[in-house]
Amino acid sequence: MARYTLKWSLLCCLASTGVLADESNIRLKSGPGLEKVQAYCSACHSLDYIQMNSPFPDRKLWEAEVNKMINAFAAPIPKEDVPVIVEYLVQQYGKP
Amino acid sequence: MFSRRRFIKSSAALGATGLLIPSMACSRDAMFGPNELPQGFLDSASLEILPGKLPLVRKSFRPPNFETPVNYFQEAFTPNNVFFVRYHVANIPEVDGAAWKLKIGGDAAGKAIELTLDELKTQFEQVEINALCMCSGNRRGLFQPHVAGVQWGHGAMGNARWKGVRLKDVLAKAELKKEVLEIGLDGTDSGVMDKSPDYVKSIPVWKALDENTLIAFEMNGEPLPHWNGYPVRLVVPGWTATYWMKHLTAINVSAKPVEGFWMKQGYRIPKGKFPIVQRFVSQDTEANTPVTEMVVNSMFTNIIEGLQFAADTSIDARGVAWDGGFGIATVEVSIDNGQTWRRAELGKDLGKFSWRQWSFRFRFDQPGQYFLMARATNIIGTTQTFELIPNPAGYHHNVVQRIKVDVS
Repeated sequence: MARYTLKWSLLCCLASTGVLADESNIRLKSGPGLEKVQAYCSACHSLDYIQMNSPFPDRKLWEAEVNKMINAFAAPIPKEDVPVIVEYLVQQYGKP
Repeated sequence: MFSRRRFIKSSAALGATGLLIPSMACSRDAMFGPNELPQGFLDSASLEILPGKLPLVRKSFRPPNFETPVNYFQEAFTPNNVFFVRYHVANIPEVDGAAWKLKIGGDAAGKAIELTLDELKTQFEQVEINALCMCSGNRRGLFQPHVAGVQWGHGAMGNARWKGVRLKDVLAKAELKKEVLEIGLDGTDSGVMDKSPDYVKSIPVWKALDENTLIAFEMNGEPLPHWNGYPVRLVVPGWTATYWMKHLTAINVSAKPVEGFWMKQGYRIPKGKFPIVQRFVSQDTEANTPVTEMVVNSMFTNIIEGLQFAADTSIDARGVAWDGGFGIATVEVSIDNGQTWRRAELGKDLGKFSWRQWSFRFRFDQPGQYFLMARATNIIGTTQTFELIPNPAGYHHNVVQRIKVDVS
């Protein structure tokens, strides 16, 4: 029970410090294409979506995800940048 | 930000008697969920604070997706300040309750009406219902093979007392025509790009007219938190949370199937694979059907993988079980990897849409490695699966939990 209380107080203490969720702490792996990924993907969502959905996607799945963002969610990604983004995702966050 | 490593030391104890906490207790950071979750999530996991909330397990910052640490599920009702947060789109305006209006209209409404929050609260009978709110994709992160999406562990759910007015009473004021087919729902949230699909959903008219379907303005005796839909949200007891529209502003009484990405592409399951009773036939296609009620399910709330126990000591395992609103009949527990099962004791019945707490007192006779399992069955005789029912978007994970523990 003491341990339970400890955790509880820790959580409350953390809450009272008021350090709010801040996506600027996300650090994606460096690699060719990172700038484009940061520019285009983060326009609509935080980049932890990429970390969270890794490293299981193969090339086909990462391609499908990027195309879904363009076709279903209207992400304004120029055609010529799509392969760069997909390659980054496959190399850094794809199936090893 | 509160990183994984800093949390390790405080994350283990969940309160079962007979529990030993080794010095590196739960080194795989039980607070962030099971180690079956994608490694990329586990490597970057953190607890984060949204305004008005205690630290929750972050899945994504924007749109905000945060799950409840499972130890809170030992309480019958999940406190508002730890209730999970799930959004599909990132523009989420703070709503001024005094200026808020609910518009009800559409091609199958006899007349269009508008209600202020005050009118909603005073012109209709108020009712309160206990109901579990759970994301369709809760436990998606446990799918093997993994599927893309928010990689939820067990925490994309919460049980609450919802107070509001019946949707059917409000719809009556708009004078439904006989051709009404679906009730469309829209909230204030929207996508970042002009052309991104707005989060719009619908429910079949028969479900909208169910006396348990509410337009709720209170949760656990308090106004809804911003992150859970202030000032009002829909409550569709028994059905997954995709239909529980937050920040509800528009109700579309429709004679036609409601269109849009979140109806036609999202939240669909293959036909015939799940033991689902309630159907949404106006949205059916040849291949798939909208997700509807929750499937029968259960979990331990005070035992997680990696904990160590002492042999020949009494242990009080606790958990919750739930289904799509039929009611839980039994929960059985196995401590020998599923070879033998014994009935758990069910807690107080809080209503058929609430989860049901359960407890199971036992002891391990000898040291060794054990696998604990729990399996719920509902009153219509459906039970949990031992093998995942694959589906592309990762819904309805109700595989029986199998938790490895060491006994010394």
